[in-house]
Amino acid sequence: MNWTVIGIWLGALLSLSLYSFLYKDNPFYKFAEHLFVGMSAGYWVIYTIMNVLIPNWWNNLVPAEGGMQPIWLIPGFLGLFMVLRVVPKLSGLSRMSLALIVGTGAGLSMTAMFQTNALAQVNGTIISLGQGGGWFNWVSNIIVVAGVVCGLVYFFFSKAHTGIVGKTANVGITILMVAFGASFGYTVMARISLLIGQTQFLLFDWLPTMGIHL
Amino acid sequence: MSTFIEKLGNIDRRIIFIVMALAVIIPLAVRLTLPIPIDEGPSKNMYDAVDALPPGSTVLLSFDYDPSTMPELQPMAIALAQQLMTKDIKIVSLALWPMGVSLGNEALSYVSDSLGREEYVDWVNLGYKTGGGVLIVRMGSDIKSVFPEDYSGKSVDEIPVMDEINMLGDFDMIISLSAGDPGIPAWVMMAGDRYDIPIGGGCTAVSAPQFYPYLGTGQMLGLLGGLKGAADYETMVRIGVDDPPAGTATPGMAAQSVAHLVIMLFIILGNISYLASKKRKGGAK
Repeated sequence: MNWTVIGIWLGALLSLSLYSFLYKDNPFYKFAEHLFVGMSAGYWVIYTIMNVLIPNWWNNLVPAEGGMQPIWLIPGFLGLFMVLRVVPKLSGLSRMSLALIVGTGAGLSMTAMFQTNALAQVNGTIISLGQGGGWFNWVSNIIVVAGVVCGLVYFFFSKAHTGIVGKTANVGITILMVAFGASFGYTVMARISLLIGQTQFLLFDWLPTMGIHL
Repeated sequence: MSTFIEKLGNIDRRIIFIVMALAVIIPLAVRLTLPIPIDEGPSKNMYDAVDALPPGSTVLLSFDYDPSTMPELQPMAIALAQQLMTKDIKIVSLALWPMGVSLGNEALSYVSDSLGREEYVDWVNLGYKTGGGVLIVRMGSDIKSVFPEDYSGKSVDEIPVMDEINMLGDFDMIISLSAGDPGIPAWVMMAGDRYDIPIGGGCTAVSAPQFYPYLGTGQMLGLLGGLKGAADYETMVRIGVDDPPAGTATPGMAAQSVAHLVIMLFIILGNISYLASKKRKGGAK
């Protein structure tokens, strides 16, 4: 039995079942959707046990060389507390685990986030208009600086958007619209790319299993 | 009574789907090829940065995606691996996304076999660990405590490519192929800015605009955005190579271009229909 061919056929039939939704909702689509959700949940449970819980926790709690390491019971209990959210009377225990996650996450990322996404960006906006690179760079730098200033003015709500403030805010919202347009263009490209990938699979992997070579 | 132009604005969406499907299927089926000009930009910068690395350097390649974004990111992975292995640059790979392990292995094994490279000597796949940013911070001080074994259970102490690698700072460059979080932002934040390691990356087209500021500030060396970035890279990697291996991004770009033309056509028709309808209703007042 050729498992590769069976896999290709399963993939192709499920792809076509999912695409059938474009015509209208139907049992084939529902079957493929439910199968995907169920398979994903099952896969994640097993993957988490085999690749996270066992190597990261169990193997440390009970090392292969023998002897139990009781300190690893602490993360074990914290993990158990998270699961206890499904038991209403004990669900409050999960707050301890969540507090640890939120606290660690916030502590680690607060300064890094500020440095990477705020300070470095402000620094990147302080551009010398006289730097080399020709007139294109010069114009680009002016657009960057003017765009940032106008965009910030648009989000400045302590003064009515009238007069010069209003005009500057209008430039800011225009810049934002251009950014949203570029972002939408990229999104369209991404979605078409996924369609292309799946079409390549159907044309060049699935059809050849039926003797059709394009 | 509606005119033909106005009716176009209310065209059945299923007709649009069929036209879009044909716009993708026909160029792929007839193997339409369109030129991919390589200009100065994030893709070229990425290629030049990797090209400037001396042979014997070690690059960390992080596979931070899953099969849902394979059409965009897998061609990048293969093209990057081809460039790195051709230049005798060693690759240490890992994944911040669980499914990235097998996808990374697939890409690295394919290129390694085609170029006659050897696992553990020229490249290694350390596998997946949960934690994202926290994991990266730990790797900053001791990578072997985070990854004591590779994905198959082989001790890193027995892997030659890991001999000189103890912490993130030992890498000459980090490249993240990212479909979301954790991915490029985590590497820039926790490795690039923190340990001053050059960061490059490839990402889905959806997320590309959010990473462009990192290019402007120099926080990233280069960026491959979506299928276009992958096709750019495939094209650059093939230059001067005899009998280059087939890629999937370059043929995909022809279908992409035709699909974009169709979308633009529909947008223009929709707007014309809308304006015609508005004009007729305005005239009726």
